[in-house]
Amino acid sequence: MNFYPEFEVVRNDSRCIRCRVCERQCANEVHWYDADGKVMLSDESKCVNCQRCVTLCPTRALKIVKSDCRLRENANYSDQTIKEIYRQAETGGVLLSSMGNPNPLPVYWDKILINASQVTNPPIDPLREPMETRVFLGKKPEHITRNADGTLNTQLAPQLTLSMPVMFSAMSYGSISYNAHASLARAASALGICYNTGEGGLHEDFYKYGKNTIVQVASGRFGVHKDYLEAGAAIEIKMGQGAKPGIGGHLPGTKAVGDVAKTRMIPEGSDAISPAPHHDIYSIEDLRQLVYSLKEATEYRLPVIVKVAAVHNIAAIASGIARSGADIIAIDGFRGGTGAAPTRIRDNDGIPIEPALAAVDKRLRDEGIRNNVSIVCGGSVRSASDVVKAIALGADACYIATAACLAMGCHLCRSCHTGKCNWGIATQRPDLVKRLNPDIGSQRLINLMDAWRHEIKELMGGMGINSIEALRGNRLMLRGVGLTEKELEILGIAHAGE
Amino acid sequence: MELHAAELGFQELNEKLRETADREITLTGCIGQRFLAAGTAGKYVKINGIAGNALGAYLNGSVIETFGNAQDAVGDTMNAGEIIVHGNIGDAAGYAMRGGKIFVKGNAGYRAGIHMKAYQDKIPVMVIGGRTGSFLGEYQAGGIIIVLGLSGGEKPIVSNFPCTGMHGGKLFLRSDCAGIHFPHQVHHRIAAPEELAEIRCHIEEYCAHFGGDPDAILNAEFTLVTPDSGNPYKQMYVAN
Repeated sequence: MNFYPEFEVVRNDSRCIRCRVCERQCANEVHWYDADGKVMLSDESKCVNCQRCVTLCPTRALKIVKSDCRLRENANYSDQTIKEIYRQAETGGVLLSSMGNPNPLPVYWDKILINASQVTNPPIDPLREPMETRVFLGKKPEHITRNADGTLNTQLAPQLTLSMPVMFSAMSYGSISYNAHASLARAASALGICYNTGEGGLHEDFYKYGKNTIVQVASGRFGVHKDYLEAGAAIEIKMGQGAKPGIGGHLPGTKAVGDVAKTRMIPEGSDAISPAPHHDIYSIEDLRQLVYSLKEATEYRLPVIVKVAAVHNIAAIASGIARSGADIIAIDGFRGGTGAAPTRIRDNDGIPIEPALAAVDKRLRDEGIRNNVSIVCGGSVRSASDVVKAIALGADACYIATAACLAMGCHLCRSCHTGKCNWGIATQRPDLVKRLNPDIGSQRLINLMDAWRHEIKELMGGMGINSIEALRGNRLMLRGVGLTEKELEILGIAHAGE
Repeated sequence: MELHAAELGFQELNEKLRETADREITLTGCIGQRFLAAGTAGKYVKINGIAGNALGAYLNGSVIETFGNAQDAVGDTMNAGEIIVHGNIGDAAGYAMRGGKIFVKGNAGYRAGIHMKAYQDKIPVMVIGGRTGSFLGEYQAGGIIIVLGLSGGEKPIVSNFPCTGMHGGKLFLRSDCAGIHFPHQVHHRIAAPEELAEIRCHIEEYCAHFGGDPDAILNAEFTLVTPDSGNPYKQMYVAN
């Protein structure tokens, strides 16, 4: 069924100079030049509102607006709901979407406010005084122990050292482009933080960034071999992903070409199926086995991260993981992004990261095993204030991916699954990939993180806190607004005014 | 070097195994220690007793010979090398193995050869002398799995749901497989002589390890299972 396009291309003809940039830049083939009429024409039905043409139009002759041609208003059956039904009635297909859940579900970060010092506990000026943003992720010793000669035992379990409590989370080579990986790797290296390979293996060109790389092991085991495991600063076992808990991934054979296939270590054109479960993990004991097999294979030199989606019983799950021998738990909330996920799963499965994080931190503290593991939280951490709130709720560090993509040029059009990303990020088309210049991409990532680090310091300084260590789990620094008693109880924070 | 395994935990055992300059190592009295020789290359490890879970995980070229049974996850994500088991093995053997060979004299449990792969010149091979449990070759993406049914009594050569999700590689079962149900996405038929000639070298190697006559073993009906590329696994999606 044909329905009126969601977006309209509005072209100011008096400004348009017929340079045809819009036509050349649009991989969706929205624009074309009509030589007879000497005008630019467009087919809005192909437009995904990625803003590429708008951004590159030299005379600002273009804008994309949401169409006001709507179905009859209905608070229950929204246009989106009705159109989804049409699409499925037409094709019998499962709805496929990209990026994070866009629905107006609660964003708890926005209902949490941060404290600041007044009178009795002076704030600290980060421009004049030292502020520590460095963090160490990994198992911490329970007690101080001494060697036979009385000296302190300073042997620690392997730690991941970060200059600030933010990392770029997993996006595979295949889901994003070579240039996007190059940008992330270079930026992580310059910043002293880490990026994450995702489950698509590690391109040979990026082994040199190993000190700032987390290598992922997922159910498909793509690209996993001894050199790969030893290349990184940590190994992450992917059990789940916030955008699609409980399901795996499937890179179709048509996308497993060239270097993507080589990096995954599969034949060209072969389907790369990451099954929903790890076939050897049905219990915490089984997870322990995978954790220790990886530790054995890398001689206990690297911390092992276990990444799970935030789901209903996340606190109990995390408690199990903390006993599995893992060094770090990564929890991914339901607003986390994805290169492709069934819409219904993305929009309905899992729980928000904020209560998940608070519940996990509390559970591990209650059980006296919080020091067994560090906690990394992801799934829509959008700003320095989100980072500060996450740390005060109990995180050791945050994972960001959508924000990192935005820094590289993403305009959140949520069309990654088409493989036609006009910004050169979620595509393997060489003509599109080259639009993302890794020199610029990495610099923009560095700028973003530099800015966040300054903001984190300012927020901490305002609270009179001069190190991340003193902020972690410091829920007294948070107050809720407009939250129910139950929500406040789970988040472990008081209401504003209390 | 000879190591008495009975008193050692897996960490100590593996550490000694990695540290020694000796190429040949014999473990005696092995009592189910896990992860033996994980990720190693260039060693020959002889194990007397029972090898525990994840024997030779991420193996990168070593040869492991076990004179006894081995437990689950033999050769998990193995890249190169050889694992020979003079006995039976547990579940999920050869999970995602990309290269090398696994020879088992007896039976295998569930999910043998699950998600086995192939890459460039690497074609992993798994030969099971006896019978296998359910889900043999699940998600198989490459490589060759051969089940001979030489031991294991009257049970069928493979239990339920073989080849579920198979999308690459080949599976040979020394049986006409009457009564065994295969999924729609795979082809199964009696292997032609030239197809059997392809696996003769692996059968010969099996016999070299465990005895037996390759001609006699090959003088039988084999069912060859391959994915049906015309009927791939795809869920019909519609962009939303």
